[in-house]
Amino acid sequence: MAMSETLPTSEPVKTSEPGAVMRLAKMLTRDRFALVAAIFLVIVVLCALFGPALLGDAATAQNLRGRNAPPFAFERGWLFVLGADALGRPLLARIVVAAQNTMMVAAGAVVFSMTVGATLGLIAGYAGKTISQVIMRLADVIMSFPSLLLAVIVLYILPPSVTNLIIVLAITRIPVYLRTTRAEVLEIRERMFVQAAKVMGASHLRIIFRHILPVVAPTLITIATLDFAFVMLAESSLSFLGIGIQPPDITWGLMVSQGRPYLTSAWWLAFWPGLAIILTTLSLNLLSNWMRIALDPMQRWRLEGRTKSDKAGETSNG
Amino acid sequence: MIQLIRQRTLASFLSLVGLIVLVFFLSRLTGDPTNLFLPIDATQEMKDQFRALHGYDDPILEQFGRYVWDVLHLDFGDSVRRARPAIGVVLEAFTWTLRLALITMTLVTISAIIVGSLAAFRAGGFFDRFASLLSLIGASAPDFWIAIVAIVIFAVTLGWVPTSGTGSVWHWILPVGVLFIRPFGLIVQVVRGSMITALSSAYVKTARAKGVKNTPIIFVHTLRNAMLPVITVMGDQAAALLNGAVIVETIFGFPGVGKLMIDSILQRDFNVVLAAIMVTAIAIFIMNLLIDMAYAALDPRIRY
Amino acid sequence: MADHLLEVRDLSVRFHTAAGAVDAVKNVSWHLDKGETLAILGESGSGKSVSASAIMNLIDIPPGEIVSGSILFEDRDLLAISAEEHRKLNGKRISMIFQDPLSHLNPVYRVGWQIMETMTAHGRSRDEARKRARELVARVGIPDPDAALEKYPHQFSGGQRQRLMIAMALALKPDILIADEPTTALDVTVQAEVLALLKELQAETGMGLLLITHDLGVVAEIADRVVVMNAGEIVEEGTAHEVYHNPQHAYTRKLIAAAPGKGDMRSGGSERPVLLEARNVSKTYGDFTALENASFKLHAGQTIAVVGESGSGKSTLARTILQLEAPTGGEAFWKGRNLFDMPSKELFGLRRQMQMVFQDPTQSLNPRMSVFELISEAWAIHRDLLPKPRWKERVEELLVQVGLRPEHAKRYPHQFSGGQRQRIAIARALALEPELIVCDEAVSALDVSIQAQVIALLGRLRDELGIAFLFIAHDLPVVRDFADDVIVMQRGHIVESGTAEQIFNRPREAYTQALLAAGLDPDPDVQAERRRQRLQAAV
Repeated sequence: MAMSETLPTSEPVKTSEPGAVMRLAKMLTRDRFALVAAIFLVIVVLCALFGPALLGDAATAQNLRGRNAPPFAFERGWLFVLGADALGRPLLARIVVAAQNTMMVAAGAVVFSMTVGATLGLIAGYAGKTISQVIMRLADVIMSFPSLLLAVIVLYILPPSVTNLIIVLAITRIPVYLRTTRAEVLEIRERMFVQAAKVMGASHLRIIFRHILPVVAPTLITIATLDFAFVMLAESSLSFLGIGIQPPDITWGLMVSQGRPYLTSAWWLAFWPGLAIILTTLSLNLLSNWMRIALDPMQRWRLEGRTKSDKAGETSNG
Repeated sequence: MIQLIRQRTLASFLSLVGLIVLVFFLSRLTGDPTNLFLPIDATQEMKDQFRALHGYDDPILEQFGRYVWDVLHLDFGDSVRRARPAIGVVLEAFTWTLRLALITMTLVTISAIIVGSLAAFRAGGFFDRFASLLSLIGASAPDFWIAIVAIVIFAVTLGWVPTSGTGSVWHWILPVGVLFIRPFGLIVQVVRGSMITALSSAYVKTARAKGVKNTPIIFVHTLRNAMLPVITVMGDQAAALLNGAVIVETIFGFPGVGKLMIDSILQRDFNVVLAAIMVTAIAIFIMNLLIDMAYAALDPRIRY
Repeated sequence: MADHLLEVRDLSVRFHTAAGAVDAVKNVSWHLDKGETLAILGESGSGKSVSASAIMNLIDIPPGEIVSGSILFEDRDLLAISAEEHRKLNGKRISMIFQDPLSHLNPVYRVGWQIMETMTAHGRSRDEARKRARELVARVGIPDPDAALEKYPHQFSGGQRQRLMIAMALALKPDILIADEPTTALDVTVQAEVLALLKELQAETGMGLLLITHDLGVVAEIADRVVVMNAGEIVEEGTAHEVYHNPQHAYTRKLIAAAPGKGDMRSGGSERPVLLEARNVSKTYGDFTALENASFKLHAGQTIAVVGESGSGKSTLARTILQLEAPTGGEAFWKGRNLFDMPSKELFGLRRQMQMVFQDPTQSLNPRMSVFELISEAWAIHRDLLPKPRWKERVEELLVQVGLRPEHAKRYPHQFSGGQRQRIAIARALALEPELIVCDEAVSALDVSIQAQVIALLGRLRDELGIAFLFIAHDLPVVRDFADDVIVMQRGHIVESGTAEQIFNRPREAYTQALLAAGLDPDPDVQAERRRQRLQAAV
């Protein structure tokens, strides 16, 4: 009996595994784009959390002499670095404050739709055929509604409050999570390790929470990141059309809409909030791409071993 | 195939029923429907008259029956503002939107497949990185913002193209260009990923062992397989175009169904809004059906 | 004029991976003559397929890099010619067929078109190509060739798909056919047919056949000469007879020793009480009958092997008894209690007494759990078995018992090799101290030498712990010296059952005899003798 079967040399094993958070942070530093995106998103989240408390007054203080003040004029102070709007309010302060509503609607909708969608998807994937069919047809119904139109009519009939906006956006996104979760569950529950758990006598709850959910979770988080960008754009569009968030509340989409009449005379009113939107969604997309690899144990080495393979590539080219 | 059509039609029919019921109850149960149909400054007398005329005092189930009956006949009532059947107004606008969507989608499909395939063929190369970044930015951009920035640059500052209307080919450039960006960005990414998978598949190895040339390997062997996931995304994007045209149409003053809907909402012309939603929904159902059929046509393993 | 049809000289290929540069083959030299069959024998990771890929220009550069060497074919160095010149040779002068024909055929095109493409790619007209494709499909033994040309790959069986691949490869009567593990995924009877077809076609066309395989039996059946590879290097070379009967290198000797089916057969083991009894167990899926009236008795500590080809219902039998599938008929008694109508609470208690080891350990171990978590999960489910403070100690004990080290408990499945993973799966099964372990093709995904080690481990556990085994396998030699009793299954029915000695030495049923005859002995002389007898029987 040969006991000396050695581990393949291509897979070195560290004696102590660093914590999961540390490992992710380390992998993040390997991807420059993802790192910048993550830092930007942290700033946006900080703005959303603390912006209204710190700059709430500055963002609403009208200053008629500074109406449509151009950007990069520093004599009024750093808050006016991006210029001022039609009522002379500093754009930078308004963008920072508007981050809160923008983030809140998107985060609310994403959390809502992910929770409901993933739960229904788990049930549809794990339960019997009838329940699964009912849930899937329901998803089909939602999917075949034109989502923006649905939002338009619902917000036309109901008052456009933050809560209603979140619910409308969330409902249209539920099928995305539902279908993904169900498809993954259907595949995972046939995998051998789930069968192995069954043979050991594992309960349904144990199989779902210990074996299926951890495998589905990274996919869901990746989709949620991407979806956050999508929902943000949808909210901005609705606010831009005037049926989303109503003044005096502000979001980035609403700010673009408010700047639209001054396009030809003061482009910066609509430009900066639009840039905030595009940078945030771009960061979310970049981070989502990175996560797709980082959260997959089969692909993780691509990031962990990045420096090594770069070197190997250099020698082969040289 | 026939079973597929039957199954899809049934699902679509259920969805339509859901939509009809939703709209009815939302409009009747959340307040007085006369407020939805009449202008805000309508007098009490007008309201009473309107209510009696349309039977809003009748029991709710009777109203629902009448409403369903009318919808089944595509009778959404008259447009309050235009004094002609709402459905006519909508269909007229819809042809414009359909043209816009078709032109955009054709351009998106052709260019996304070419760019995505080229990026995949030299994955990791300069063109790939450039295309990936470009498509990522495209997929992240809010269309209303792109639209107004485009107006400032191309229409106002440079004066190359008109800002709104449908008069000439020039009028189409900005709306199509703006609508193009997001689906293009998304589809390039899908085509690229899907082509990379297909190019590394075993049957490509066989083709190379058979001595097949590179061009047919890419365009005959790989592309058809790679198109399968792309088609699904294309369907979603085409639906999103019928949807998202709302923004672009509004900004560019394009007389499509999206602009019509927003105008009608602002003018409180509820019959038109209803008709527009139904027509768009039906169009999306038909398109989903076409997508499923294309899928089955491309992949012989799929039999419904 | 070159001495040989094809000659590989001093070939070294390196792959640049994320984990660093890997030398896939180092200074490999061999040659192939006209009408000859050369086998390259090696286990996974030995680099046995790399030279073939180099011949066909199928190595992607980068990440691959040809460090040194030349491949001579008709006075030309295939490593020096342009891609276009190479393309003109591929499929026309040198052809290749692969393992797993399903994924190597394009799923969205008709097979007729794919066969014709070999010819149209080299300038034949479509009409000519169509005529020849029909001829070829008929020649490789596909029924109703006209209809077959219009079908898609998924509409054929595994064996038929490999025949179609052969038809595609031989369309232009190449001088050389490279076959990379052509029969690995096929049932033994189908494997024998495909190998026979290859031999016939070789005799017709006089082509040189290069066969890449891990299977000594395939070498014995078909090869004239053999090259043995290990870790990227050729360790031995010679005629098939020489290499088998007089191996020079230690690795070759180890490989030959590991070939199953040569030890003493076991006998008896039925004096102990009955542990499990199946009576007329049936399972249908809609109209399809996967299992019909299967009955057997398993005694404590006994090993029963269930053998059959794909679709024989052998796995269904195991899965139905373990209640992974609901039975549609029959009864199964565990120590006298009927498993099929037992309250779920009682069944839960019995679960721990019967455990299972699956075919592919890569899939049967949750990739996100550490070895400690994987093994201790058993006690998290059956809480009364072992108090939590003792888990660590017991996991380490079990790891040592299956031949791993205690410190492996912290690692994750992907950090182990296939054989080691299967040991982890066995340790997990042992955690519940079962009386029965069901092995569903537990060793068929492993290399021969690893396979021998795992079977030795199972044998030791059987002797030390008195565990009974239900051993599902498609490979007869593997069960020959491991099982007490053997059950042979075909299309959902038990064809024959008896002691290992009875089944192997005195098979009664024609199907069992056919199965045994189709199995390949690693000894070339034995296979030569069998071929002679087959030929006589045919005449």
